[in-house]
Amino acid sequence: MTNAIELRNVTKKYAQFTVDNVSLDVKQGYITGLIGPNGVGKSTLIKMILGMVRPDFGTVKILGCQMPVQEIDIKQRIGIVSDDCFYYEHLTIREMKKLIAPFYKKWNEQKFNRYLEQFELSPRKKIEQLSKGMKVKFALAVALSHEAELLIMDEPTSGLDPVFRREMLDLLADMMQDERNSIIFSTHITTDLDRIADYIAFINRGKLVFNEAKDEVLERYTIVKGDLQLLDADIRHKFVGLRETAVGFEGLVDNRQDAERLFGSYAVLDKPSLEDIMYFSAKGGRVYA
Amino acid sequence: MNIIISNASSDPIYMQIMNQIRQSILSGELRAGDSLPSIRQLAKDLQVSVITTKRAYEELEKEKLIDSVVGKGSYVSGANTDFIREQRMKRLEEKMIEIIQESKELSMSQQDVIRYLTLLFEEE
Repeated sequence: MTNAIELRNVTKKYAQFTVDNVSLDVKQGYITGLIGPNGVGKSTLIKMILGMVRPDFGTVKILGCQMPVQEIDIKQRIGIVSDDCFYYEHLTIREMKKLIAPFYKKWNEQKFNRYLEQFELSPRKKIEQLSKGMKVKFALAVALSHEAELLIMDEPTSGLDPVFRREMLDLLADMMQDERNSIIFSTHITTDLDRIADYIAFINRGKLVFNEAKDEVLERYTIVKGDLQLLDADIRHKFVGLRETAVGFEGLVDNRQDAERLFGSYAVLDKPSLEDIMYFSAKGGRVYA
Repeated sequence: MNIIISNASSDPIYMQIMNQIRQSILSGELRAGDSLPSIRQLAKDLQVSVITTKRAYEELEKEKLIDSVVGKGSYVSGANTDFIREQRMKRLEEKMIEIIQESKELSMSQQDVIRYLTLLFEEE
């Protein structure tokens, strides 16, 4: 299997936090979700992929090409959608498009107009008049209109309503009908990824916790709920994260078979969501509520 | 063919997909040579991961119920007709047992049931 993105030992030190020796493969032909709480390095990692932040150490390879040496070629072939708006606020959508389109060799005007119509964006509107959600839609229209093979999205859904978020999942699935295409998608709204992501890369405190097929992750972990009397020091150690209250405990275990053997029918074992996994891993240790 | 995924089910999604396609094949709704939606199209329609639909298809391939040809997609295999016939015979047997129980409750004799069945056979 080939990789759309290859990060090797990427490190970036800041005063407050460090992206620490991250090696990550984003597989071609699939959707990879980059999850993690706010401020753990997701955006920094994406900025390093895009060459907007230079790593102190380590290498970035995109679509088989080395960054930043082949940056100009690479950027023809990728689409970017970000929470931040990179466009000139005082221009209209049409003016902005006229500025962007010539940069792309494979610009498809027809496609672009079709997306504007579908997203109900008026070309006469100024960028500054657009809502946050509309800006993301505009960025998505640009990203999908130059035959990008790799779509890189940084928190694209945070400003969007649930209706358009669902529609966007369909647009992404459309792009994925071609198995040469790939998507990487950073978010803290994990319900979007619960549905369509193929791989999940989990970043916490500047480190990569795992990068695995979503189905495997969800099958491996389990939520255990039960009576406080079941817990002792040894058993507490089995938990990735544990939340104890006056009426019982709830915790995450990263080996379902183990948990089944250990607790049998004494506790309730539930299927976790990505949010559960993120919450308990981020908190770590014991959480008292 | 319909595939309905339930989030409340304790079965993983790939298994739900697999079971429903298998059921469609065993019931005869899908026949040998019928094509199945592509892995990526099905993932889009169900809004699930491509890996999930891929795994469902791979399991069905292992059971020799479907074949996948690179570039052509997947279709119902004709190879495992014995298995399909066996499964359908088993379902027929279950239905026959139901008939026997029902007729016993109606205090019909074995002869009565056979006569009734013969009559219906001739009308078909």
